[in-house]
Amino acid sequence: MNLATKDIRHNFGRFALTTVGVGLLLMIVMGMGGIYRGLIREATLLVERIGADFWVVQGSTRGPFAEISRVPPILEDRVRGVPGVASARRFVSHTIQREFRGRPLRIVVQGLAWPDDQGAWLPLVAGRSLGRAHFEMVADRSLGLPLGERVKLGKDVYEVVGLTSGMVGSGGDGLGFFTVSDAQSIQFDLPGDAIRLDRQSRRARAEAMDVGRVQPLLLERSAGMSSGIPALGPPMVSAVLVTLEPGAEPHAVAATIASWPDVTVYSKQQQKDLLLSGMVDKARRQLGLFRALLIIISTIIMALIIYTLTLDKVHDIAMLKLIGARNSVIVSLILQQALLIGALGYGLAYWLGTFAFPRFPRLVMIEAPDLVQLAAIVLGISVLASLLGIWKAVRVEPNKVLS
Amino acid sequence: MTQTSAQSTAALEALNLTKVYGSGNTEVIAMNDVTLRVSRGEIVALLGPSGAGKSTLLTALGLINPPNSGRIVIGGTPVMDGPRALVDLPAFRRRHLGFVFQKANLIPFLNATENVQVALEINDVPPRAAKRRAMELLDYLGVADRADNLPDALSGGQQQRVAVARALANHPSLILADEPTAALDSHRGRQVMELFRKVAHERAAAVLVVTHDHRSLDVFDRTCEMEDGRLRGTLEASTATAQTLA
Ligand SMILES: Nc1ncnc2c1ncn2[C@@H]1O[C@H](COP(=O)(O)OP(=O)(O)OP(=O)(O)O)[C@@H](O)[C@H]1O
Ligand SMILES: [Mg+2]
Repeated sequence: MNLATKDIRHNFGRFALTTVGVGLLLMIVMGMGGIYRGLIREATLLVERIGADFWVVQGSTRGPFAEISRVPPILEDRVRGVPGVASARRFVSHTIQREFRGRPLRIVVQGLAWPDDQGAWLPLVAGRSLGRAHFEMVADRSLGLPLGERVKLGKDVYEVVGLTSGMVGSGGDGLGFFTVSDAQSIQFDLPGDAIRLDRQSRRARAEAMDVGRVQPLLLERSAGMSSGIPALGPPMVSAVLVTLEPGAEPHAVAATIASWPDVTVYSKQQQKDLLLSGMVDKARRQLGLFRALLIIISTIIMALIIYTLTLDKVHDIAMLKLIGARNSVIVSLILQQALLIGALGYGLAYWLGTFAFPRFPRLVMIEAPDLVQLAAIVLGISVLASLLGIWKAVRVEPNKVLS
Repeated sequence: MTQTSAQSTAALEALNLTKVYGSGNTEVIAMNDVTLRVSRGEIVALLGPSGAGKSTLLTALGLINPPNSGRIVIGGTPVMDGPRALVDLPAFRRRHLGFVFQKANLIPFLNATENVQVALEINDVPPRAAKRRAMELLDYLGVADRADNLPDALSGGQQQRVAVARALANHPSLILADEPTAALDSHRGRQVMELFRKVAHERAAAVLVVTHDHRSLDVFDRTCEMEDGRLRGTLEASTATAQTLA
């Protein structure tokens, strides 16, 4: 005969309510862990998928995701010259926030080196990768743009030709893939007036210099298109992605590029570590702290409920002791109830999570090792929560029956 | 401690028990040098006015209220020496003692059968055998038809009979009952007393019953009376009845 379950059946309402409460708390604890896993996955997904062995970025920066990096596009050609490099492609990454159909639209704009990189590596769920040098984009589903949607960014209209799933930046914003030149025209889009003002100020600067005054042609050039001025290079890109030839020695390639004073080179793993050690690490600590607090709260709630359930039973416990029950009978009665609340709460949390987590705005990944870890934690807090009740119960004197 | 005196064949021997509650000017001597022997197969009534110390004596003998001094020997085994336990008390209680109180004190979340069964399982009787024996006992006490009811659904008398069944479950050698019939009507009360007598005689158990019910005194082999913590003489049951009637 199991006293614990008999008592629970008798106090079903209170027990069920406690289990639901604990279950909801555990669901949040579970979700927090899942959000952290999701953060890591989302932060490293692009680096993982883009298929670059090395990232060449602006010297001494930790770009292009952790901070801004600017390198000249011709770096691409320099990298191609390094022995062992199969391909080098420029890469542009920046986040924009525009208004689209009355709602804010945040896109992490990724520029792919057309025609070398057409986004064939993208995990497409619909449509195709880029097929033209201009005015096409592959959008992540989280951006809410359907296939065939036309979006005006800067002066041009881009058509969504493909959709990816789960491709988001470390901030949770969906990625949009364009050709590098489109990405740059989105980034450096300036109103006509701004361009005219810029040209005028260039002219004014040239006039202020003796070389401008004695060279009328130079003066005229400086007020013209920026591409006509050799001192102004083409727009910078964020990084150059390197793919190695099969059998190439990665250390040798990296050492060669690293010897150039103007750039810094990161391997794929280093790039992932940069992402994780920065922003994601703070989020991890934040989530970890919340998890710890929720676990403590769950323990306190469970302890209080177990304690009051025990208080209600003091007379019965005294009777059991009077008829000679060992302490172990009483302890297991209370411990089993705590474990049952914990186990049912855990099950409930998992079950509710399967409905709730897919509806979260950011990826929540529930992984087996995390589930096992949480199960161990729940076991621990159930035991801890029963201690208060057990402490009370073992001190009950059998002659309490008479009062 | 292992010496066996001539009287150790008695089911119960209480020697010079004293119990003092409180201290200073709130001090109450609830039990004052009480010596009592009950033989196997004997049913004894314990009478006395309120506050005389009857419950104190009964709980001391029941090993749940240690005396300040004196010795208790049950079934030849010395169990208490003053406040000091000489045996594992819970184990001793579950094997040798049965309790019945004024209130049935049934466990509210267990049905009638389970309330009896729990006493057996605590004493390591396997669940199935425990259940069978519990049903037999309920049948014996005439509450078999309410076996599946929770205590809430039983009348006071039915509850008390379940409590008696629980007390009898492990074939105790000493049954202690504190006003077991106070909550029952006289007919039911008498039935319970006669049941105790039957148990005492048929199973050679010693039964000590605190009672205020003078109409049932003929059931007992012997009556003792307590007053102000002292046990005053031992009367034959018939004498006690005569005194009450006089
Ligand atoms: N836990 C206690 N603390 C202090 N005093 C107590 C305690 N229990 C009993 N007493 C006192 O000891 C004395 C004997 O009490 P006891 O309960 O044994 O009497 P009783 O003969 O059973 O009375 P009744 O017939 O009313 O049940 C009383 O004066 C009572 O007030
Ligand atoms: Mg009393």
